[in-house]
Amino acid sequence: MTIRTLTAFKVATVALVALSGVTAPLGGKLKVVATTPDLASIAREIGGNLVDVIALAKPTEDPHYVDAKPSHIVTLSRADVLIEGGAELELGWMPPLLENSRNGKIGGGAPGRVVASQGIRLLEVPTTFDRSKGDVHSLGNPHFLIDPLNAKIVAGHIADHLAQVDPKSAPQYRANLAAFNAKVDAKLVEWQKQLAPFKGARIVTYHKDFVYLAQRFNLQIVGELEPKPGIAPSPAHLAQVITAMKAAKARIILVQPFQNRKTAETVARQTGATVLDISQQPGARSDTGSYFQMMDFVVATLASGLRGK
Amino acid sequence: MRFTIRGATVIAAILLFGSGVSAQKPSSSTAARQQRALDSLTAVVRAMQLRMDSLTARRAVSANTPADSAAAPNAVAAADSATAIEAADSATAIEAVDSAATIPEVSAQPSAAPASGAYVNIGFVSLTDAGWSTERDVASLQRGDHDPHVRGFTLPNTELTFDGAVDPYFKGFANIVYKLNAAGETGVELEEAYALTTSLPANLQLKFGQFVTEFGRQNSQHPHAWSFVDQPLVLNRMFGPDGLRSQGARLSWLVPTPFYTELLVSVLNSAGGSTSSFRADNSSEIHGGVAVDRPVGTLRDMLVVPRIASSFDLSDTQTLLVGASAAVGPNNSGPTARTQIYGVDAYYKWKPATAQAGFPFVSFQSEAMTRRYGAAERALATGDVATLPKETLRDHGAYAQVLYGIKPRIVAGLRGEFANGVDAAFAAPLRADRYRISPNFTWYPTEFSKVRLQYNYDDRKGIGSDHSLWVQFEFLLGAHAAHKF
Repeated sequence: MTIRTLTAFKVATVALVALSGVTAPLGGKLKVVATTPDLASIAREIGGNLVDVIALAKPTEDPHYVDAKPSHIVTLSRADVLIEGGAELELGWMPPLLENSRNGKIGGGAPGRVVASQGIRLLEVPTTFDRSKGDVHSLGNPHFLIDPLNAKIVAGHIADHLAQVDPKSAPQYRANLAAFNAKVDAKLVEWQKQLAPFKGARIVTYHKDFVYLAQRFNLQIVGELEPKPGIAPSPAHLAQVITAMKAAKARIILVQPFQNRKTAETVARQTGATVLDISQQPGARSDTGSYFQMMDFVVATLASGLRGK
Repeated sequence: MRFTIRGATVIAAILLFGSGVSAQKPSSSTAARQQRALDSLTAVVRAMQLRMDSLTARRAVSANTPADSAAAPNAVAAADSATAIEAADSATAIEAVDSAATIPEVSAQPSAAPASGAYVNIGFVSLTDAGWSTERDVASLQRGDHDPHVRGFTLPNTELTFDGAVDPYFKGFANIVYKLNAAGETGVELEEAYALTTSLPANLQLKFGQFVTEFGRQNSQHPHAWSFVDQPLVLNRMFGPDGLRSQGARLSWLVPTPFYTELLVSVLNSAGGSTSSFRADNSSEIHGGVAVDRPVGTLRDMLVVPRIASSFDLSDTQTLLVGASAAVGPNNSGPTARTQIYGVDAYYKWKPATAQAGFPFVSFQSEAMTRRYGAAERALATGDVATLPKETLRDHGAYAQVLYGIKPRIVAGLRGEFANGVDAAFAAPLRADRYRISPNFTWYPTEFSKVRLQYNYDDRKGIGSDHSLWVQFEFLLGAHAAHKF
């Protein structure tokens, strides 16, 4: 073997080792991938400094319509744990990503796969499957994390799965879970107190994405700007919403960053209502990086909006 | 359902109480016995709730990902159920207290998740084209299998799709296509039927069966995912009316680079109806001679299709996907003749971070291909005694298309394309120079239907220009497979 071929061989070996190093866990931290930022935030609370968490969807992005970008395939192929919302939230973009990620660690039924909706008491489970009623999720409404008690259930799943994937750190995950639950309990009292004066207040939303919030905090949703889930607002439907809002004296319209604010403003003008910019995702606003900050913001926005009437 | 059971139990408890009271037993232990009965009933209700919750959870999981039927370990399920009950109880308390503010249409019952679809997702997609062209023989102008074929109405593609997890190791897919020809007769075609491995080591993945070949971008897409009414000219020229599709196996490796890179290689049978440019039955259209019977001897008689694709997120809102492909294999103009096709493709998409239902967006897609068809010395197909000389037939073509998703569910598109063939020793109208410009407009009422209007300006060398106007309608039932990027 000449010196030149030997050098070439060495370079190739180094390159191969370097390449394979990319797939090995960095710094021993678990690589956790969450489909949405709210799940990612809860994973950070439970995993603490033992995990690196990446969210696939952007905070301002509609979680139903995320592009199945090839970079997500790379992220998933290197994940130790995948946390998905479930209940068909990611049905439109996750299957091809998972199929191509070829990662058994996050395959169906694996300890590294967390389906957040598991064990959640889903609302609006359809009794018949009929798409003439809009794009109704057959398993129920998937926007459940806006109810803090559901966040506790999801945190429990995440802790269970992290403990299975990384048994030596199980006590740490359990401790973080206990701390998270205690904080939710404490904050929930605070949030309920903030919204208690508005018990039964009537609100309008763009999509059916705040039903869990309304249930938890005793608000009454009198209608959605969408006539049916996933169907764009029509003038006829908006006219009905305006009538209903006037009759019910609803003065608040909740709009998320990816929803059509102009439509909400039109309705607001005709009803004297206020459009509240709100989001279910941590990070949609600069000061709401965590789940708790996001809930603080949601509750504070609601309270000030309802007080303002 | 939980409420029904709970209600039934309460009624049963009342009945029990009632019978206890009506029996009027003077014993002092009556209260204690009633308490015990109540306690045991409560326990029964708890147990039932636990069972139902874990069942619901399991169903939810298995419906999401069929392979999940192994379900979570019992400890987890039990913990979940307990928490769920807590949550449920507090929720019920709130509902009870605040009955005035109940929300209409909110059924709090964890009712049955769909039983069907757990093991196989079944979908049905149907396309209808309608329109007119200045070319009377529309099929000579619109040469794609899934293009409109006549003035008036065409049903070029109605397909049944099946997919699901076979077991923990494989996923399975099948497409059965029904086509109505101009005479109104139905043709059935097994377009795809293949299995895909789920967890081979080293980021490898194997696909085998019959499948559309991963060459470039659009060849492996079904008409449902196309952005225009018809097949691009260059794909028709290189791969034939139905694209490149055959029986074989494909190995793919997700390269461990920081950005997405996938290397694929397919090895396929080189004969059949959808292997135009290779040992296809109708190869005379390309080389003008009589096709020879060419049995398979070695691996060189197989069709080999390597491909590399890489993707980069240029920014938070912009993604680029580029690829290069080749298809090499034997053709049947002679016993040792060979064909090589090379192609490059690019796809770019911009979508803002606050897109509503995926809109607005701008995307650009382009593919360019070149073919070197080594034609052997061959007998002229028209029956004359003449012999055609050995020659290399070179063809090129490309298309570029821009889509602008103006507002939710409305897309405007523009496609420009050309295909040309270098002159050969025979007249081959199918290899003649051709240009086409196609503006179009698509409205997607939902993800399950679409209405498309498209105008084609065609220019064929030696024939002249043609104008066509097509309306396309599509509907989809059942499972809607998610779109790849």
